[in-house]
Amino acid sequence: MGRRVAIVGAGMTKFVRRAKETGKELAYYAAKAALDSCGAKLKDIDAVVLGSAPDTFDGVHMKGEYLSCGAGAFGKPYLRCYVGGGTGVFSVAVGWYYIASGIFDTCLVVCEEKMSSYQPHPQGAFLTIFDHTTERPLGPNLLWIFALEMQRYMQTYGIKKEEIALVAVKNKKNALDHPAAQIAQEITVEDVLKSEVLCYPVQRLDVSPVSDGACAIVMTNEYLARRFTDKPVWVSGVGWCLDTAYWTNRDLCYPRYVEEAARMAYKMAGIRNPRREIDVVEPYDPFDYKELHHLEGLLLCDRGEAPQLLVDGKTQRDGELPVCPSGGLLGVGNPISAAGLMKVIEIFWQLRGEAGKRQIAKKAKRGLAQAWGDLMQVGTVVILEV
Amino acid sequence: MKNFFATPLRDEDFKKKNFCYETWIGNCFYAWDCGKAIGRYLEGLKEGKILGVKCPKCERIMVPPRIFCEWCFVLVEDFVELKDTGKINTFSISYISWDMKRLEKPQIPAVIEIDGASPGYGILHLISEVDPKDVKVGMRVKAVWKEEKEREGKITDIKYFRPY
Ligand SMILES: [Zn+2]
Repeated sequence: MGRRVAIVGAGMTKFVRRAKETGKELAYYAAKAALDSCGAKLKDIDAVVLGSAPDTFDGVHMKGEYLSCGAGAFGKPYLRCYVGGGTGVFSVAVGWYYIASGIFDTCLVVCEEKMSSYQPHPQGAFLTIFDHTTERPLGPNLLWIFALEMQRYMQTYGIKKEEIALVAVKNKKNALDHPAAQIAQEITVEDVLKSEVLCYPVQRLDVSPVSDGACAIVMTNEYLARRFTDKPVWVSGVGWCLDTAYWTNRDLCYPRYVEEAARMAYKMAGIRNPRREIDVVEPYDPFDYKELHHLEGLLLCDRGEAPQLLVDGKTQRDGELPVCPSGGLLGVGNPISAAGLMKVIEIFWQLRGEAGKRQIAKKAKRGLAQAWGDLMQVGTVVILEV
Repeated sequence: MKNFFATPLRDEDFKKKNFCYETWIGNCFYAWDCGKAIGRYLEGLKEGKILGVKCPKCERIMVPPRIFCEWCFVLVEDFVELKDTGKINTFSISYISWDMKRLEKPQIPAVIEIDGASPGYGILHLISEVDPKDVKVGMRVKAVWKEEKEREGKITDIKYFRPY
């Protein structure tokens, strides 16, 4: 499976609703923080991978090229990758194959998002996600697809909103311990159920915020890893998969593409029983029900059973399977691509025992980060271990 | 864990122009060709019919139509007239517009499985003539068409679906 690949350093900006910094500046702060965290200089980096979501947010043609200097890509082999919300985790898979293939010895992966520029509300940048002839004339908004999927998920398995709301409660609380968090807060199930109904069953507190922010990691091959750190974290599996864009022809109750991506990553990592072998997980949680939906897709519980794990407290930081110890997108924030990489970075810090107040109770040897995107279509998975 | 940069700005700063910024309104005007399969679908709508396609290999009947089967990867040319009835696969009650403004009257978007297509094959459309609180998954619905002379070969030739 190619050469072994390590993550040796990580850095991120604060996630905020509107940053004074430009996209390039955010990318710089994150990239620099990642390099500094492992004593690396830009000259140590062979290639740069950039993850960033639609150009529409920024109103900039070829945003990858525009951001390149801030991402440390001057004069280097450089590629922007983009698979919607799945980008942040996918960019790590790209960095992995750069190094696993032997083409490069080191690589800097930077994910940046500045959603706040789009007026009057960044949601408008997503309208082009709907089919221009068969769907857009109906006047959709982005929340429709989430609301339709959440409804289908709830109806299929008889899941209650009260159960799903516990995800928002847990994640926003976990985020109180994250120094970069945007909307960490202590809330109750009641607060979620009483919050403004946007697109039933989706309510205000079911949803992650609009954010600006950036994250970065430094990846190397196994021979160089210890030159940068005593505690390399190994990328033992990557996986990604795309389902059809004919989304009204699929059963939205289950994310099959996440399962396919997870199976690819588990196979690569030699994992036969993920429920026993994964110690900590950061599934993508732009909406509270997505965390549950994704735990099922990742085969970490049976279909329709994720709410029970949550109700039983098993997904808390001191539980059997801590889920989103970072605070997730619901608490830390959701600058699309950067949010996915934030999840990989959380697993990196958890495995190194560097998560501070967020450190999970059990000793973690192996963790998984997952992201999701587009028309409920993309699954991306990375497995890390020490 | 080190330093976490980024300078948060408040909405108020932005509105009061407490800092410098530039704006631009882009001109994005598109005219989309409807293609072979959707072109035929739209012609059907103009005639008051919902058309699907049947894959010659796996025999799935798919809607919206396409000229290929993405599973078998073969050309699909067999158009099939479906019913204009179906059942609600999933729905939402939307109280906001795309720019997060409250709507006066909520919209009810739904995925509607169309009768005559393979099970689970639906389209996105709207539900009306029903109290939002009475809408249920599995509910039977029927298309409400525009008057024939008003139809133009658009998805909106179906005004909405209503329970029946
Ligand atoms: Zn076929």
